[in-house]
Amino acid sequence: MSNSEPGGNSMSEPMVQVHNVTKVYERGKQKIEVLHGLTLDIPRGDFVALMGPSGSGKTTLLNLIGGLDQPTAGEITVAGRRIDQLSSGQLAHWRAHNVGFVFQFYNLMPVLTAEANVELPLLLTRLSAAQRRKNVAVALEVVGLADRAKHKPKELSGGQEQRVAIARALVSDPQLLVCDEPTGDLDRKTADEILGLVQVLNREHGKTIVMVTHDPKAAEFARRTLHLEKGQLLEQAA
Amino acid sequence: MTRTGWVIANLFRRRTRTVLTLLSVIMAFLLFGLLQSVNTIFNAGADFVGATRLFVQARVSFTSPLPVSMVPKLEAIPGVARVAYQQWFGGVWQENTPLIMFATDPQRYHDVYPEWIMPDAQWQAFARTRTGMIAGKQLADQYGWKLGQKIPISSNIYPQKNGSKSWAFDLVGIFDGKDEEWKKRTNLAFVQQDYFDEANQFNVKGRTNFFILKLTEPGKAQAVSRTVDAMFENSPDETKTQTEKDFNISFVKQIGDIGLIVRWILFAVFFTLLLVVGNTMAQSVRERIPELAVLKTLGFSDRSVLGFVLAEAFALVLFGGLIGLALASIAGAMVEKGTGGQFQLALDGSVWLLGLLAIVLMSAAVGLLPALRARRLRIVDALAGR
Repeated sequence: MSNSEPGGNSMSEPMVQVHNVTKVYERGKQKIEVLHGLTLDIPRGDFVALMGPSGSGKTTLLNLIGGLDQPTAGEITVAGRRIDQLSSGQLAHWRAHNVGFVFQFYNLMPVLTAEANVELPLLLTRLSAAQRRKNVAVALEVVGLADRAKHKPKELSGGQEQRVAIARALVSDPQLLVCDEPTGDLDRKTADEILGLVQVLNREHGKTIVMVTHDPKAAEFARRTLHLEKGQLLEQAA
Repeated sequence: MTRTGWVIANLFRRRTRTVLTLLSVIMAFLLFGLLQSVNTIFNAGADFVGATRLFVQARVSFTSPLPVSMVPKLEAIPGVARVAYQQWFGGVWQENTPLIMFATDPQRYHDVYPEWIMPDAQWQAFARTRTGMIAGKQLADQYGWKLGQKIPISSNIYPQKNGSKSWAFDLVGIFDGKDEEWKKRTNLAFVQQDYFDEANQFNVKGRTNFFILKLTEPGKAQAVSRTVDAMFENSPDETKTQTEKDFNISFVKQIGDIGLIVRWILFAVFFTLLLVVGNTMAQSVRERIPELAVLKTLGFSDRSVLGFVLAEAFALVLFGGLIGLALASIAGAMVEKGTGGQFQLALDGSVWLLGLLAIVLMSAAVGLLPALRARRLRIVDALAGR
């Protein structure tokens, strides 16, 4: 893929390379093609907002980049690794070490405290319990929730829950963060705080961020915005 | 936090449901432990070790009476010191309270059972009073019987010659046990065999339900047993000779095939448990589909997620099962102690081993389907609520 194509960027080597990707879902006997030969590069350290109407394929693209799903055709390379050919087990292992996820509805485990939620991805590492605790403390510090470590999700506000989710996404130090409408369930003020935090992660911690949003104000926090419609990338906005 | 901590945390996400399910598992394994012990007792072979008395009954059933004329032959067998006999009376106190009550020869019974403690004068009174009756202390205390009282007792089997099933006996003695174990067994009563023979309407005169052989030494039990049964083989009154303990067990066996009954009860219990715990696990996984999808998103493999669900099922059944088996051990030991060792319900190693096997199988049975569902779920569909 060349940099002149939609979504291309000449900042540095691509973190994400999506090449001629097609995704077809089968719903019963019906086949629905959601992405049509989409090509996209996202450079390392970029913060991209994906916008578009419902059904345009934003979340599908995000899922493919995050290794949650496999394309029907085409190639996806993230941090130099082809992920479209990995098995389910290999993909799970890859996700654990390379991607952090932030969801619209936080998706925290209600039975665990904030710190235990953040620690969950670290159970997949060989870190000692002490080292895990240390990393969790740092992650909660980064999102400004060190004092709420012992609280369960139901004892936190929406914004605080999303901060815990961001800490969970960060704790294993992935290069890539994928965020699916991270502020869709929050009021404007809290949403801006969360987006400010995501921006800090991009600017100060060098995380590459791909964020799906419906909210133009949220997209303003990104370095650039890509628009999808009917499974195709329309334009690249500065 | 650890993976084990995660499993336990999930187990108690809905405390009430988990506690109720746990109670079901506990009850099932309590029953399993006790019934399996009962089964072990009934399936155990004859044990003659330490037996000082043998019971001789008709080979077909103890309800077929044997002739008292067998006594001299039995007493002539080397190793037999004394023979007593007992006839089931079918006593009923007041309207509908069944009593353990036998007709017996007072002197012989006294000779064979030195464990009963009663003043000599009362033994003598029992021997010479034709309508005499002696009662165990427990029984006398329970119904407030006093020495010298006339005790009206019905028989649900034997009418008197005048057709009435109401009998009246003179309480001439109250016996106690020689130690704690025997004191617990003083819930029975005896009347005179001679009087019973004369007064009852049925033609059972000179016959009795079983003989009790007092042995000269415990080591001869097996040999005497074989000799007795061989002696009456092919006669109209073939015998079955066994220890007191085995006799008590075979008494209960008259109810039916205890092993089969136990197996059916256990089948019903475990089938119900399968449905209860299986439903709990299925519900628990169904409620957590998005969470399981998040686990997979974070990098837990399909196999790990399957393992988590199976571990939850195993933890639930193991926890409940161990408590149930422990309670069965305690209850079994209490029953054994309470019956003076007559019913050895204390759980032995084999019951525990079977219990652990049942725990593993039950865990797999209730956990496998939900676990496979969790393993198969696709992240994208689960997160989208499809």
